[in-house]
Amino acid sequence: MITKKDLDKIKAATLTENYLDDSREGIRVTVGMATCGIAAGAKPLFRLLKEGTADLEKVEVKMVGCIGSCRLEPMIEVYEGSKRTTYVFMTPEKCQKVLDEHIKGGKVVTEYTIGAADKENASSITEMSYFKSQKRIVLRNCGTIDPENIDEYIARGGYEALDKVLTSMSKEDVVNTLLSSGLRGRGGAGFPTGLKWKFTMAEADQKYVVCNADEGDPGAFMNRSVLEGDPHALLEAMAIAGYTIGATIGYIYIRAEYPLAVERLKIAIKQAEDKGLLGKNIMGSGVDFTIELRLGAGAFVCGEETALIASIEGERGEPRPKPPFPSQSGVFGKPTVINNVGTFANIPQIIVKGVDWFKSTGTEKSSGTKVFALGGKISNPGLVEVPMGTTLRDIIYNMGGGIPNGKKFKAAQTGGPSGGCIPVDHIDTPIDYDSLAEIGTMMGSGGLIIMDEDNCMVDIARYFLDFTVDESCGKCVPCRIGTKRMLEILERITTSKGKADDISKLKELGKNIKLTALCGLGQTAPNPVLSTIRYFEQEYETHIKEHKCPAGSCQAMIAYFIEAEKCIGCGLCARKCPVDAISGEKKQPHKIDRSKCIKCGACMEACPVDAIYKR
Amino acid sequence: MAKMVSLTIDGINVEVEEGTSVLKAAKDIGIMIPTLCYLNGVNSFGGCRICVVDAGAKSLLASCTLPAAEGMVIKTNTKEVQEARRMNMELILSNHDRSCLTCDRNGKCELQDTAFQMNVDEIRFDGKDTKHKLDLSSPAMVRDPNKCILCRRCVAACGRVQDIGVIGPTERGFRTIVEPAFKMSLGDVACINCGQCLQACPTGAITIVDDTKKVWDAIADPNKHVVVQTAPAVRAALGEEFGLPIGTCVTGKMATALKRLGFDRVFDTDFAADLTIMEEGTEFIGRLQNNGVLPMITSCSPGWIKFMEHNYHDFLPNMSSCKSPQQMMGSVIKNYYAPKMNIPRENIVSVSVMPCSAKKFEAGRPEFGDDVDVVITTQELGRMIRMAGIDFERLPDSDFDPLLGDSTGAAVIFGVTGGVMEAALRTVYEVLTKETLEQIEFESIRGMEGLKEATVKINDLDVKIAVAHGTANARKLLDSIRSGEKEYHFIEIMACPGGCINGGGQPLVDSEIKLKTNVVKQRAKALYSEDRGKALRKSHENPSVQQVYKDWLGEPGGHKSHEFLHTKYVERDLY
Ligand SMILES: Cc1cc2nc3c(=O)[nH]c(=O)nc-3n(C[C@H](O)[C@H](O)[C@H](O)COP(=O)(O)O)c2cc1C
Repeated sequence: MITKKDLDKIKAATLTENYLDDSREGIRVTVGMATCGIAAGAKPLFRLLKEGTADLEKVEVKMVGCIGSCRLEPMIEVYEGSKRTTYVFMTPEKCQKVLDEHIKGGKVVTEYTIGAADKENASSITEMSYFKSQKRIVLRNCGTIDPENIDEYIARGGYEALDKVLTSMSKEDVVNTLLSSGLRGRGGAGFPTGLKWKFTMAEADQKYVVCNADEGDPGAFMNRSVLEGDPHALLEAMAIAGYTIGATIGYIYIRAEYPLAVERLKIAIKQAEDKGLLGKNIMGSGVDFTIELRLGAGAFVCGEETALIASIEGERGEPRPKPPFPSQSGVFGKPTVINNVGTFANIPQIIVKGVDWFKSTGTEKSSGTKVFALGGKISNPGLVEVPMGTTLRDIIYNMGGGIPNGKKFKAAQTGGPSGGCIPVDHIDTPIDYDSLAEIGTMMGSGGLIIMDEDNCMVDIARYFLDFTVDESCGKCVPCRIGTKRMLEILERITTSKGKADDISKLKELGKNIKLTALCGLGQTAPNPVLSTIRYFEQEYETHIKEHKCPAGSCQAMIAYFIEAEKCIGCGLCARKCPVDAISGEKKQPHKIDRSKCIKCGACMEACPVDAIYKR
Repeated sequence: MAKMVSLTIDGINVEVEEGTSVLKAAKDIGIMIPTLCYLNGVNSFGGCRICVVDAGAKSLLASCTLPAAEGMVIKTNTKEVQEARRMNMELILSNHDRSCLTCDRNGKCELQDTAFQMNVDEIRFDGKDTKHKLDLSSPAMVRDPNKCILCRRCVAACGRVQDIGVIGPTERGFRTIVEPAFKMSLGDVACINCGQCLQACPTGAITIVDDTKKVWDAIADPNKHVVVQTAPAVRAALGEEFGLPIGTCVTGKMATALKRLGFDRVFDTDFAADLTIMEEGTEFIGRLQNNGVLPMITSCSPGWIKFMEHNYHDFLPNMSSCKSPQQMMGSVIKNYYAPKMNIPRENIVSVSVMPCSAKKFEAGRPEFGDDVDVVITTQELGRMIRMAGIDFERLPDSDFDPLLGDSTGAAVIFGVTGGVMEAALRTVYEVLTKETLEQIEFESIRGMEGLKEATVKINDLDVKIAVAHGTANARKLLDSIRSGEKEYHFIEIMACPGGCINGGGQPLVDSEIKLKTNVVKQRAKALYSEDRGKALRKSHENPSVQQVYKDWLGEPGGHKSHEFLHTKYVERDLY
């Protein structure tokens, strides 16, 4: 039976709060080995470092999760006492040099550090401005501890919350703590977590705790990062939920496309069971709780909680009407708490550090932080965790490094295919559940896609709707047929065949689908369309009335031209053209035959004097 | 006692049991919310979004799946609700094959009716259609996915009600289609042709195979002697085709109509039902007395037979070897009636009118040859009568033609669950005890309970009997026997819930009526009252049956009977 004392012992023997500190000797080397790091080539580096340090005393080499800046992978970090150095874009050669000069020789290889790469005067990621303005609660262990080693999690205070709950808190205490913390669901809808747990407390012979790790939003990987980098945080929180609502079984519903996360979860569950932190009679408390994995086949709709439940039960992954809600009738008709990975990951810290600590971050109605997967037209794509209420401007220009190539910001999409866009006028909106809803979008699970002046908003709407049409389960009429009809209209508009009443039809369909669709997928599917109409109606009209795409993005509506005055007749464009659409005498202005042109843009890229433009 | 909750619907207060759907609660106070995918007792699915109501939530909710709760305030008829329903209807119609004029269900289509009710006068959101091939592989049913609105009523009927599950949704989103797994055809899967799917379908997406043309051709051929038989359950429902109240028994009008249609002889399958009791009763007594395989299970229902052949062929030895009444009649017509009348076999066309879609499959089983040439259903007979311009309601009554048209009350109740067992008991009891049975109505095996059982004391023996209707109940019953948990002597199984009166070939009943009335009970009443009105109510008292034994068959269970009235079954794969 494991007790708090044992946890403390492990803690003392493993890491300190800051991993290492000056009182300890030795060097800790970590290699980013989440999916992003491994894809970038981290595995050979890990091997190289392991072998290269095998006969060194007091040097440990550990694999860790993703620290968020996936673009800089492979990354390795070297900790010596309180000093930390971050190396980026590592290769075996560079790694060898770090091994020889830094790890063995004690001299930082400045040219490979993160500061060198991102042109800041810094040698560790924690000193980078984009990192400093983040606040890491959910991701606090990601990229720093070994996710396959439970001791490192314990060393960072892991499982203390579970101990506290089991030894000194009643079920009501836990619920009240969550209620007053103001924690809201990070899966998208922002429902108060404490309330959800409270609704599930009524007597029943069996109950379930479910973790939603389906993460189907295109481009989102916040949950994956936690699963791969800090799996025990999730397990601990689920066990706390089990105790609180009186469930003995938990399911983690995770997409099969996350094999590494599945693997790490399996390892973590096994380690927790071996230590008596999961399973029967947890920490001698008399409480039983086991966790099983359920793999999803990657349907977006299976992230919707009732469809997810159907899928766990072995049925076709289709949503069911609510009410009844899962808290009354969930898995196999039993009361069920279902929360997102990110929601769970907050809970142990709220229990240990307290409500006031948690509420000190974020806004009044949205406490804590939110992790975003920043993508699109942004200089520093990757994961950022920011206090709720941070403005979009802050995220884009501070943490995201701004828009690349000197382009202008046009809009940001939050909430993925269920959300909407935020135009430049609202760039100073604080990002929290309610402010986003007010401007016609939603928090969603954390996808944040930045668009610049080259993005056509009609086409963006079409892109997202195309996704939902594809992912509709087909159960209810408005989603199955209505979204398809909307998509057909958008396809019309973006191919120069729009009709005068198309915008009003889109609005009418959108309104009805939101109003009558069975589940959240349908109810939110029109959002990208409605919000782009709300802020960019003029752009729609230009497509329909003038058959022009102002952003120059809709293929059907653009043509390429050569400016005769600028053309020097070098012939480079004609040679690059894959369909021989360009002709002209040497040193004379060239011409494009638009009946042949396939609008690939190769000529424009090739032109040395910028004489080719599209319109 | 269940907890009651009180809610307000359109300003009217209503009290219902907790958990009752808002749709039903509204019905109780006379508010009929339109539906499409909902079917009372079969499907509450919430997919069509036609029955949506305003429950004060941010979106409208489907009333068919919304449990009534204390203090709820529901609005069923606001402008917003009306417009939402109408637009969803427009969307459904935008992806529907709208060749209504030539559709089987023209004029009897819930989609048509509901669209009309909502005053849909335009389809503004036309776009791409999904296009699928017709499935003509089944002898009983035609699947036309282009008419399918994906309400899943058939899926629930096949899967949830019947526990067969050979059709279901495949693909997703706009490409979703209801079909057998792995793109197979209905004729290739373990479908038992019970037709509960087509009874559930609100549109023309699953319809009965129409064989009326074959009948018209035969009648028009001067060289053919066309003989017709009508099953017991047909008379309990045919009137519905002509707007008569559910539960009206139209035996006499039906006989007149058949004569006017031009059949040369109008016989009654009830005769063969009495004959079946003679054979089956004898077989049962034989098994009882000679340590034969028990329990013995009835074999009248062709849906059940095929179900057994696919799923429970370990019960093959338990099956009565008696042909079904339709096939006994077919055999009597071709092998006894034809020579007796001096008509060459090939000139006789034997037609049967059945409440049952599976009878079409049965008549085509190779072992039955051409005993029955054409099977039409109650629906198709209704169609023929309409085509002939016969004013059904004003028809006078007439009798069936003699001998093969004579029957007892025991035969009539074959059409309802428990009826075959009751008829058999009336005879078996008297044969074994040589006493007159006074109390001939066996209440314990009547009614719509899915599984019924009783013990009947015959001489010194407590005969244990069981009755199951609907294959889901049959499954439960057989599983309990397989596991050794239950033991019986004699079992009746019918494939359709309620028995033949609720067969796949019966007139279609609108879902709104199914919400308001218990159709099966009404039809059952019609048969029980016809039984009560008969002078003879025990099969062995049928003088015409006795005559046929005297003339031709010899004795029940005898050599000739075995040649002409008994059959064998086969094992079939499930996939
Ligand atoms: C189409 C659709 C997809 C969803 N996908 C996810 C998902 O991938 N992960 C998730 O946690 N929640 C997802 N949700 C939200 C869940 O239904 C549910 O609200 C959430 O799991 C509740 O957890 P929370 O309260 O912790 O946010 C999705 C909802 C919809 C409508």
